[in-house]
Amino acid sequence: MKERVIQLEVFRYNPDTDTEGHYQHYEVSCLEEWVVLDALNKVKETLDPTLNFRWSCHMAVCGSCGMMINGEPKLACHTFLRNYPGTIRVEPLVHFPVERDLVTAPDDFMEKLKRVKPYIIRKQKQPIEQGEYKQTPKELLRFRQYSMCINCTLCYAACPEYGLTKHFIGPAALALAHRYNQDSRDQGRDERQEVVATKEGIWECTFVGACSEVCPVHVDPASALQQMKIASSFDWIKEHLLPGGGK
Amino acid sequence: METIQTDVAIIGAGGAGLRAAIALAETDPKLRIALISKVYPMRSHTCAAEGGAAGVIKPDDSFDTHFDDTVGGGDWLSDQDCVEYFVHEAPKELLQLEHWGCPWNREPDGSVAVRPFGGMKKKRTWFAADKSGFHILHTLFQTSLQFDSIKRYDEYFALDLLVDDGRCQGLTAMDMRSGQIRQFHAKAVIIAGGGAGRMFPFTTNGAIKTGDGMAMAYRAGAPLKDMEFVQYHPTGLPNTGSLLTEACRGEGGILVNKNGRRYLQDYGMGPETPVGQPQLKTMELGPRDRVSQAYWHELQKGTTVTTPWGECVLLDMRHLGEKKINERLPLVRELAESYLGVDIVKDPVPIRPVVHYMMGGISTNTQAATPLPGLFAAGECACVSLNGANRLGSNSLVELLVFGKRAALSAIEHIGKAPAANTAALNACADQTQQHIRELFSRTDGTESVAGLRKEMMTTMEEHAGIYRTEAGLKEAVARIHELRNRYHRVTLTDKTNVYNTDLFQTLELGSMLDCAEAVTVGALARKESRGAHQRLDFPERDDKNFLRHTMVYHQGADAPRIDYLDVVITKSQPGVRDYSGDHK
Repeated sequence: MKERVIQLEVFRYNPDTDTEGHYQHYEVSCLEEWVVLDALNKVKETLDPTLNFRWSCHMAVCGSCGMMINGEPKLACHTFLRNYPGTIRVEPLVHFPVERDLVTAPDDFMEKLKRVKPYIIRKQKQPIEQGEYKQTPKELLRFRQYSMCINCTLCYAACPEYGLTKHFIGPAALALAHRYNQDSRDQGRDERQEVVATKEGIWECTFVGACSEVCPVHVDPASALQQMKIASSFDWIKEHLLPGGGK
Repeated sequence: METIQTDVAIIGAGGAGLRAAIALAETDPKLRIALISKVYPMRSHTCAAEGGAAGVIKPDDSFDTHFDDTVGGGDWLSDQDCVEYFVHEAPKELLQLEHWGCPWNREPDGSVAVRPFGGMKKKRTWFAADKSGFHILHTLFQTSLQFDSIKRYDEYFALDLLVDDGRCQGLTAMDMRSGQIRQFHAKAVIIAGGGAGRMFPFTTNGAIKTGDGMAMAYRAGAPLKDMEFVQYHPTGLPNTGSLLTEACRGEGGILVNKNGRRYLQDYGMGPETPVGQPQLKTMELGPRDRVSQAYWHELQKGTTVTTPWGECVLLDMRHLGEKKINERLPLVRELAESYLGVDIVKDPVPIRPVVHYMMGGISTNTQAATPLPGLFAAGECACVSLNGANRLGSNSLVELLVFGKRAALSAIEHIGKAPAANTAALNACADQTQQHIRELFSRTDGTESVAGLRKEMMTTMEEHAGIYRTEAGLKEAVARIHELRNRYHRVTLTDKTNVYNTDLFQTLELGSMLDCAEAVTVGALARKESRGAHQRLDFPERDDKNFLRHTMVYHQGADAPRIDYLDVVITKSQPGVRDYSGDHK
């Protein structure tokens, strides 16, 4: 297996001791098949135990290790050294406050996730004893893609709107609202519309599409937002233009 | 030190912790619930489970069959009252998840689909493609968001349990963002902190799985049960250890050696079944312990395949075709392609057994209660004795639901009769933990590094506590782990600052893993038989006369732990022969 000496420029910031962030250079020998996370772990184990970053699964499913790699939001466990011939610059995800080094504070995302009510809402619940809600494979496909979100928040780092206006609910949370709206078992769209179909919600999105480009699991939040805009416009037409409010 | 008053404190916010929290909130909306985790809930390792969750749902299946598969799969070390409770609760819990929105795969008529899994006589594994654990975790987490009484303490690192008057009454935890230690006074505590696979170098387990919950209970006096039973999953990617789900074989993938032989037929799991027509409970659908052990024998014979990442066998799924692979195993295809450069549609993928799951853990009964009053446990960190000596794939995702809920209900019962707390005594207990952390920060003369000790621990465990074990090797392991535990007290922190100090957290995690490793190795040395995942070359037979018992390991501070035994609960299935030779007889 091929080895290569990797040059890393890593953002460092410790609120206990620093007034502002700086970059630290590390030189570390790596296998060519490794990912950026492996290189960071080798730095921590052999060069500098004070470097801090989050990680766990090493298979792009837990969503812990989001960071900027050469300026792009990436999962460090799924970013291969073989695609980076030169120096690799590693920084915390933009648009979130930095706690320390590569660790950011996702509080705003966590709060927004809760606001869109990402759970099944039923007017009447069926008792467990009556078995499952029937759902055909076709009905499942209508929302499955949007249920794949790993909450890594790369899309928030990529979204120019979120960078400008922090009240924007943002791609991942809105895509999850759409996921439940599209689920044949759910009856909560009206409740979610109060949060979603607002200027903080889908109408803030200018359809740049950066969210979908960076999504490591191909959720395509941009398409979810477009579909929600169309559905909301149709609501408006029904309410204002059709006789009897479309009822 | 700030004190947080709560009714129930839950340590760990993965599948079991979230299920417990929801059960508490639903049963009694007035309860104060503190959900404490060193990671944000959706980072918990439940997310990495792939294949699915077993529960009797189809007309051709029965509770008795699920019971028999589980008890036989566990080589009769399961407590049968526990298994009985589990198989009856399993479908209810899976339906509950369905009602909460879990995107289970479906049959054309809209009912849930099930797939075959290793060691199971019927198709009963519910699945959401090959991301079942991910969907279970996110369904639970998102469902939990509607309950305001669940107060989350994300990125709080639990340190020690508060024990007074012989009862567990809370814990101390560090707010990782500030470095502040807080104490939680709770009428009941539920540990749902996951397994400890990271004590081994080659594992499917994420970085967070360091046995903190197990070690915390162990230090507080609760015994660890059956820790010597460590499950190797037969099919891990040889470089990263990433799991390729058992569903690869459930869908029809085959295992071959360098000569192209389906070698499982040579280890009591034959005769060979037609390629692409998997038959339940035989060949590639044998149980994990047997399939992993077969690899070891192939290695001895020299019939494995030499790869840049070590000796492997081949998992061949080409005959499934691209369509089925994309529909049923998309994650597997992506993992093999990106990390190993193998497209499973076109080529067999080299794999080898990888440490995956701890059958052992904090000793609990069927009510999810530990012997320490006020302390409950569920999920991988607990040993409720469902899985016995070998867990069947797709039982653990259900286990964390069934016993997460059960722990919550038991905690509520306990709260009703818990006497008032002696606050001064709890404060004194919390102060001890603070002192311990201060001492760690002030230590300057240390000669040991976390990375160094961790590596030695992993090497020891891999060499001597792997798939096959011997007296000599285990004696060496026990001595080495004991030595490492002594040297651990000479670790000096490089980083002495307060905010998100992973040098500190990795040090604490190493301490947890060493405690767990001690219990694994002493239990393995004392168990002079071969059963399920515990195989002794010097004692190759199962010994029901002496070892149809659970190993109970008690922490004794710096001294060697005390070992005791507890009889297995047998209700209706007497120990018999595990037969995975298919329907040919």
